[in-house]
Amino acid sequence: MKEILLGNDAIIQGALVSGVDFVSGYPGCPSAEIGDNFAKIAKEKGVYVEWSTNEKTGLEAAVGASFSGLKTLVNMKSFGINVCSDVLFPLAYTGTKAPMVIVVADDPSCHSSAQSEQDSRGYAFISKIPVLDPADPQECYDFTKLGFEISEKFNTPVILRTTTRAAHQRAIVSFEEAEKKERKIGNFVKNPHQFSTMPPRVLEMKKELLEKLKKISAYAEKSKGNKITGNKNAKIGIITSGVSFMHANEALLELELNLPILNLGIFYPLPEKMIANFLKGKAKVLVSEEMTPYIEKEVIRIAKLANPKIKIFGKDILPEIGELNPELLCIALAKITGKKFKKFSAKTLTLPKRTAMLCEGCPYWYILPTIKRIAPEGTIFGGDIGCNMMGALPPHSMYDYMFCMGASIGIGHGISKALQPASAQGSGVAKKVITFMGDGTFFHSGVLGLLNAVYNKSNPLMIVMDNRITAMTGHQTNPGMGKTVMGEDTEELQIADIAKSCGVKNIRVLDPINIKELEETVKEFLDKKEISLIVCKRICALLARRSQKAKEG
Amino acid sequence: MSLVDQAAVNEGYDVRSSELHGLSQRGGSVETHVRFGKKVYSPLISNGNVDLIISLEMLEGLRETAKAGKQTKFLINDFVSPFQGSLTKEEIKKQLGELKNEMHIVSASDICKEKLQNEVVSTIYLLGYAVDKKLIPIKAESVLKAIEKLVPEKYRDLNIKAFNLAK
Repeated sequence: MKEILLGNDAIIQGALVSGVDFVSGYPGCPSAEIGDNFAKIAKEKGVYVEWSTNEKTGLEAAVGASFSGLKTLVNMKSFGINVCSDVLFPLAYTGTKAPMVIVVADDPSCHSSAQSEQDSRGYAFISKIPVLDPADPQECYDFTKLGFEISEKFNTPVILRTTTRAAHQRAIVSFEEAEKKERKIGNFVKNPHQFSTMPPRVLEMKKELLEKLKKISAYAEKSKGNKITGNKNAKIGIITSGVSFMHANEALLELELNLPILNLGIFYPLPEKMIANFLKGKAKVLVSEEMTPYIEKEVIRIAKLANPKIKIFGKDILPEIGELNPELLCIALAKITGKKFKKFSAKTLTLPKRTAMLCEGCPYWYILPTIKRIAPEGTIFGGDIGCNMMGALPPHSMYDYMFCMGASIGIGHGISKALQPASAQGSGVAKKVITFMGDGTFFHSGVLGLLNAVYNKSNPLMIVMDNRITAMTGHQTNPGMGKTVMGEDTEELQIADIAKSCGVKNIRVLDPINIKELEETVKEFLDKKEISLIVCKRICALLARRSQKAKEG
Repeated sequence: MSLVDQAAVNEGYDVRSSELHGLSQRGGSVETHVRFGKKVYSPLISNGNVDLIISLEMLEGLRETAKAGKQTKFLINDFVSPFQGSLTKEEIKKQLGELKNEMHIVSASDICKEKLQNEVVSTIYLLGYAVDKKLIPIKAESVLKAIEKLVPEKYRDLNIKAFNLAK
């Protein structure tokens, strides 16, 4: 079949044709379509799909499924690999039983990401797990298949590292339609020798892993995942990875050059012999990769033996921050080849900046301005990831710090303790810490920060906006909703009840539209000597409008 | 814009497009790049190289003029999504008027609201306008075929009406 597919949908097709049985993960941009769209076809295709509570539980679930003989796919955005890295490293040691592909979606230029501009390829070096880097939707499909093949052949998990411009690219993809199948029931065959990472066995496992990597390296050297295009006899070459392969091709057209490109679809293990051969006989090579110069550093090392006279260009003429595009490649290639290229000079227009903000009718509109207004001067506000992120932008511009999922309360506890006098808990603390997070974030990791604040006796005021959905990432289900992503009924977890059983004494659940009640509760809790929690329960405005339309339509 | 992608494929072109998700629903501005031709590599359009910029909102249309080459044509919806400190429609129209680029300012939202009681399809109306005025080298039949293929049945009629309304 040939269809236009979104990169993420191409990954779904690749997984289906590989016979995937089990899909887990946590929603984020630019990967969320994988879990969402998989859930829509789950029953029909005989696949189990879940949105897990976070990336760690998501990967753990997949490990369990893999050990039980089910083929698994995990999907998350870049930062998710940080959350599940504690599972990832031992997984390389134990290896998988049934094959597993882990999709990690990076976001160069941070179009939809806070925290940092993360280059998740780096995890390959610590974890020693193969990493594939697709340039477009066709490679998203091909490399998902390749990932399952490598995983099956070597019993290793494989990371499929996408970026926004590949995952959210639409292009024509040639793919096979997957055969129908029944949902597979797993079978757990006991194997503690392989599944349990106790010392000293774990050191033996490390030795096995290093041996395994040599075999995977040899396999990578011959793999179709890496390819060379263009005029092989030219003295100047380009080495690319990911979507920069597409930009390089575009630049060659623009500059009317015919140069060879070595595109590394397999980032780790790098096909060193292939690279060495590519470097031989060339005078110059440009390494084109987004963000960190990982490949560039390896190429410099390989060149010392393969071709010590070659001039290697990379981050000296391409940026280390931000995504690449054809124009940047044109500028770099023009410098190296001496071809003329006139950079387009964009006009400087001074126009009012439009920033993102909360949707019309969002319950946060009641909460953020109210609390900002009544909080005493010097109150410290902690922000988190999700829709409440908008609190960092005008017109609120409220947050004093913002890090990663759940950090509002985690860091808030630290500030609260730091400001506490050494005497008995909570006496005379002048400045209060008020933290904000959503229900999705609470279930992801906020609850853990809450536990620490109770146990280690700080007194922030924690606000949880329970809008009945995980909203910012595209309205996914979470444990507070009583529904799974496959549409089944399940326990509806109550944030207030959880907090109560975690020992929080001061809890109020209210509808934030009642501004007076919110004001009075906040004023009351400002004086509390222990942690307090206000759960603001009101449905997301977009969700409310859609449910209304669905009822009418 | 997946309709443009599909329409281009219907005519045998190679096509690549790049989109951004997430922030558009929260009032930030998002860009979709569509490139089609005999063979397309990058999904991103370089500054200065764009043939047509379709903007659903006036201030954002004006903002895009910074990236325009001499050949760049503009099709802008006569619609503002105001915010504190933003420019007035008159101010925006004045600045747009100072440019030499071919400029089409069309009241897609108003027309769709009046004739179809639905503003969401103003994008499709703009697409119909672009095809009719040959701002995009794509045939109307190709887009209609794409609508048949991609739009769920219950919205198909509305989309077809919006597309044809621009003729």
